[in-house]
Amino acid sequence: MAATYTPLATTTLGANAASVTFSSISGSYTDLVLIAQGQGTVENYAYMTFNSDTGSNYSNTILTGTGTSAVSTRNSNVTKIYLTPYYGTFYTDFSNITICNILNYSNSTTYKTSLIRAGRASTGGGTEASVGLWRSTSAITRIDITASTGNFVTGSTFTLYGIKAA
Amino acid sequence: MADTYTLISSVTVGAGGASSISFSSIPTTYTDLLVRVSARATSGGGWSDSTITFNGGTTYSSRYLYGDSSAANSGSSASAIVTRGANGNSTTANTFGNSDIYIPNYAGSNAKSVSIDDVTENNSGATNSAITHLEAGLSASTTAINSITLTLGSGNYVQYSTAYLYGIKNS
Repeated sequence: MAATYTPLATTTLGANAASVTFSSISGSYTDLVLIAQGQGTVENYAYMTFNSDTGSNYSNTILTGTGTSAVSTRNSNVTKIYLTPYYGTFYTDFSNITICNILNYSNSTTYKTSLIRAGRASTGGGTEASVGLWRSTSAITRIDITASTGNFVTGSTFTLYGIKAA
Repeated sequence: MADTYTLISSVTVGAGGASSISFSSIPTTYTDLLVRVSARATSGGGWSDSTITFNGGTTYSSRYLYGDSSAANSGSSASAIVTRGANGNSTTANTFGNSDIYIPNYAGSNAKSVSIDDVTENNSGATNSAITHLEAGLSASTTAINSITLTLGSGNYVQYSTAYLYGIKNS
């Protein structure tokens, strides 16, 4: 059977860093999966952009569980996709986890949709399900993951997988 | 490039049912683990809760978000990680719930995070007849995970419930 779930690139931070980049992403897969785990140097969130596009070409719809209540928010015409709000300094447990599926990322006819699951069980955390949209028909060849403030700490991991439909 | 999504082990519940599902002697040769469950229980309403333990440990916490067919809710636990992906006994016959339990860096030396995505479905208009549930769990243990156990709060997993353990490598 053909390999259909393939690691494309992985980064384990050897030093604190404000961002992580996956570039020169091959267009030979159908979907991408991003798995991230770590924590921040301050209470922050991580966001994601594609192909270095910093224009107002993104939107998000987010369902968040804070541990006490469920709320939904929406961001239209923004400059980033909010990937996960739960990078933070509580404990040293690396308890943030993010799973992001980017569907049909390499086609050149449709806008690109991302399905995101994120959470952190420790203090200040919560859970989140969201969808992100990039209004571009370009194939995704680069993903930048950036901390809103401060850094991702040493030891945080980011891995990108490719999935083939056939 | 190598395919790195590998079946490590699977469990199919037999005719007598089972109150728990376990995987043991998990190798440390992967980066992440995924447990994919299809389950139904002899207990519960729209769903049945199962606790998840690693290496028999006892220090867990979680935060969760769920919709139970009437409202969206969120809560937390200072003592347990819980999956809610087993259809309960009162749901539509022959219907099994689904769970994805993802554990990144399970063999590392940090505490262990877990992402759980559960759904059950039921052809009923009653409140609490089904659930979609998302949970972030944390085990405070810094020891590599070598066993995983799902234990129902009450009753048994019924025959044909399944659990598959996959190992995922990042290189």
